[in-house]
Amino acid sequence: MNLYLKYLLILFKSQMQYRTSFWLLSIGQFFIPFSVFAGLYFLFERFGQIKGWDFFEVALCFAVIHMAFSLSECFARGFDTFSSLIVKGDFDRVLVRPRSTFLQVLGSKFEFTRIGRLLQSAIVLIWALNNLPIEWSFMKAATLFFMITSGVLIFTGIYMLAATMCFWTVQGLEVANIFTDGGREMAQYPLNIYQKWVARFFTYIIPFGTVNYLPLLFILGKTTGNQLLYMLTPIAGSLFILPCFLVWQFGVRHYRSTGS
Amino acid sequence: MKVYASVLKIRLLIGMQYRSAALAGVATQFFWGFISIMVFEAFYQFAAVTPPISLKELITYIWLQQAFLAFIMLWFRDNELFDLITSGNISYELCRPTDLYGFWYAKLLAQRLSSALLRCYPILIVAFFLPKPYNMTLPPNVITFILFVITLLLGLLLLVAISMFLYISVFVTLSPMGSLLIFGVLGEFFAGLIIPIPLMPLWLQKIAYVLPFRWTADFPFRVYSGHIVQSDAIIGVFIQLGYLLGLLWLGKVALNSVLRRVVVQGG
Repeated sequence: MNLYLKYLLILFKSQMQYRTSFWLLSIGQFFIPFSVFAGLYFLFERFGQIKGWDFFEVALCFAVIHMAFSLSECFARGFDTFSSLIVKGDFDRVLVRPRSTFLQVLGSKFEFTRIGRLLQSAIVLIWALNNLPIEWSFMKAATLFFMITSGVLIFTGIYMLAATMCFWTVQGLEVANIFTDGGREMAQYPLNIYQKWVARFFTYIIPFGTVNYLPLLFILGKTTGNQLLYMLTPIAGSLFILPCFLVWQFGVRHYRSTGS
Repeated sequence: MKVYASVLKIRLLIGMQYRSAALAGVATQFFWGFISIMVFEAFYQFAAVTPPISLKELITYIWLQQAFLAFIMLWFRDNELFDLITSGNISYELCRPTDLYGFWYAKLLAQRLSSALLRCYPILIVAFFLPKPYNMTLPPNVITFILFVITLLLGLLLLVAISMFLYISVFVTLSPMGSLLIFGVLGEFFAGLIIPIPLMPLWLQKIAYVLPFRWTADFPFRVYSGHIVQSDAIIGVFIQLGYLLGLLWLGKVALNSVLRRVVVQGG
């Protein structure tokens, strides 16, 4: 953990050397999801609701997913750009150091410019929460927190899986974008608006449903039955990262250097 | 003219090499298409008033968008050109006995064409055979289809002309990020990529109709589905031509003026 913080600090300092570029990129990251959100707003202005969900409920969902996405892009960037480590043969150096590969790859890169995106979704989150008639309790606040954390873990898990594929393919795989970018686009609406098979896939295989749908029902007070179960779903969802971690370990053992 | 044609041909062949990358792109676009269709389907299901574009027309619109993504995306860019400008290697380009605008235009056009040619067939073919309501439908008649092809190609030429401004602006700013951002976000929004233009509020539609971006993507797709009637489409072709000539002329003037001031610092 100590080492991780050191990595964080060094990379932060190095990115801050290019201050103007840093701010410009951050502003850019602010506006890209902004236009998507504007689109969402205009659609609700025309249609009023989507399968019984109103604008602020969907905005809350949007904010949670985008926050999770931006955090995971900031902190798990090392796995996202992992293919360059393999192609250049730099992974050999990682292997000879007496620390876990997971930690080193995670610490190899951070994208602090994602703060723009994070800020944008935080504003949406506050706006949505202010306009929703929610009776707050400690449990609900904790659930909201778990939703975001669990989202970060799921996105990180997908990055790890994609990175593990690089051990065999060397090249980075664009297909993984379906689950990161595509997953983000999809999960910004509550899952039950989609067809059954899509909803099932994204609940049981890649558990976005445990982040954006089931706990959302609990926060908005739409649940029937055992509330504790709904509250705990984000925690169940974050278990997704465990098999990803095992696959990663398996991949590392099968690594063959490109030798360049 | 012959030079530009051969540049186009060479670049086209290079672009066609990246088949597996294109395949991955196709998979992503399918997923994307499905998700957006399902979202709109859900919106339409409980719509209180009849929306200005039917769901069937919208689905065709989305599949066309996915198939011809390379024709309409402004952020689809050539980093090589940015590097040329910022690193000073532009001097080599200036030594060539061709007009720089035409040379780059042909290069960019070829990139988009090759990328779209690789991707559009699998997407279009599968989209036609999808189960209802997700399938794409044929245009109402042959004339509409011919009009669609004309408007799509003019739209492509227009888009490349717009994207040339991106590269020209880098001569002034030296960093592509700012202009990419403005062109990317605004251009895509007003081309109807985030939400289709007929679904925007009226005041926003008025802005979109004035800007050139919607003529590149929104217009040809709506001609295809018959949402824009033929007589309007023919008028639209002339507006496209007008924009195209205007932007080409403006781009050439702008490029020549920045080139006159360009300073290459050794290295």
